[in-house]
Amino acid sequence: MTPLLSARGVAVERGDRPLLQNVSLSVFAGQVWQLVGANGMGKTSLLRALSGLARLGVTGDIQRHAPLLYLGHSAALKLSLTATENLRFHPACETSAQPGEIASALAAVNLRGYEGRPVSSLSAGQQRRVALARLVLSPAALWLLDEPFTALDAAGCDWLEHRVREHVAEQGAVVFTSHQASRFGGLQQDMDLSHHVV
Amino acid sequence: MSSEGPSVSMFAAFSWQFVRHAKTLINSPADVANPLLFFFMVITLFPLGLGPDPERLAAMAPGILWVVALLASLMVSSKLFASDFEDGSLEQLALAPYPLPILALGEIAAHWLATGGLLSLVSPIFGIMLGLPTQGLATLMFSLLLGSICLTLIGAVGSALTVSIRRGGLLLSLLIIPLNVPVLIFGTAAVNEAVIGGNAVSWLALLGGLALGALALMPIAIGAALRVSLDN
Repeated sequence: MTPLLSARGVAVERGDRPLLQNVSLSVFAGQVWQLVGANGMGKTSLLRALSGLARLGVTGDIQRHAPLLYLGHSAALKLSLTATENLRFHPACETSAQPGEIASALAAVNLRGYEGRPVSSLSAGQQRRVALARLVLSPAALWLLDEPFTALDAAGCDWLEHRVREHVAEQGAVVFTSHQASRFGGLQQDMDLSHHVV
Repeated sequence: MSSEGPSVSMFAAFSWQFVRHAKTLINSPADVANPLLFFFMVITLFPLGLGPDPERLAAMAPGILWVVALLASLMVSSKLFASDFEDGSLEQLALAPYPLPILALGEIAAHWLATGGLLSLVSPIFGIMLGLPTQGLATLMFSLLLGSICLTLIGAVGSALTVSIRRGGLLLSLLIIPLNVPVLIFGTAAVNEAVIGGNAVSWLALLGGLALGALALMPIAIGAALRVSLDN
């Protein structure tokens, strides 16, 4: 069985400063990985390297064998567009979703009634939810989520946890960073970056 | 959970980027009006600076109009990818399962329509303001229409290269003004030729050739430049 994502002997630099070395990781379908580490340790840099966005200063072997969904700190939302338009014309171009599917995705993240509102009129947490609605629409098997729990209320965190569990049950895989302690219990595996600091 | 490739056609992905950018432009009319206002203001200043002699103005009009069009294009091209870079849209664009040049071209097409395309269409009015002889007006419009395609694509390369740099405006100008020079020369020559009653078609054909060449090659450079800018 090939892993959806494999990294061998990866070293990450930011600017001229080496951050991490000798990171090896194999993510198989059905797995949840949490990258654990203090602020500034290089969680986001590693996630960007795994996604393929960062190549400069990244050495080692990284292979992706599945379409991926990357959710960074910035939500990639246009404030002047409505929630529906933002998902319909999302730059990741991953969905051929019909308006009905987008409406039900927005309902899933508890934004029923906000479909036609400009995103600028939503709160930070609600904007985060619009971005998270992609987790319902996207066909990608491999999710790389950078601090997905940020700005979410308790109900939102529960929904996200539930959605991740659903996704891995459908043979998906998730790698995420978070400062929250193991939400997924026995399901998740931790990667402690403090062992890899240069 | 499907693991096949993209679920929509490449053209759909292109048109989504076009629509997304067009909608944001429609929602911010000030950004669309800015280059036009700039053009209008500069054009009204020239008769004040040069004196109201209509013949002198008419003789300089082709050059003035083209230089101001070039400056207007320079002014807007720095904004092209700026908001996409800030809000994370560029990251998503780069990770999309389609060629980045095609997706970026969708955005650029919307940007061009709202800036260069619109400016070309209203340019005869500016020509009349400067006393450009009427036989030059149609050529002015067509030369700007073709020329602005080149200017926009060249500007997009500069914008893609400098988008991650704070205050990259000056660097952007240094990078792209030399590349804009041939466009300026051919465009001005076309209008001058039409004004003296000659045949401007050969100049327009040269501009058209430049535009097609830019359409074929620049997106590749834009895609590569965007990836470099996203790399840390």
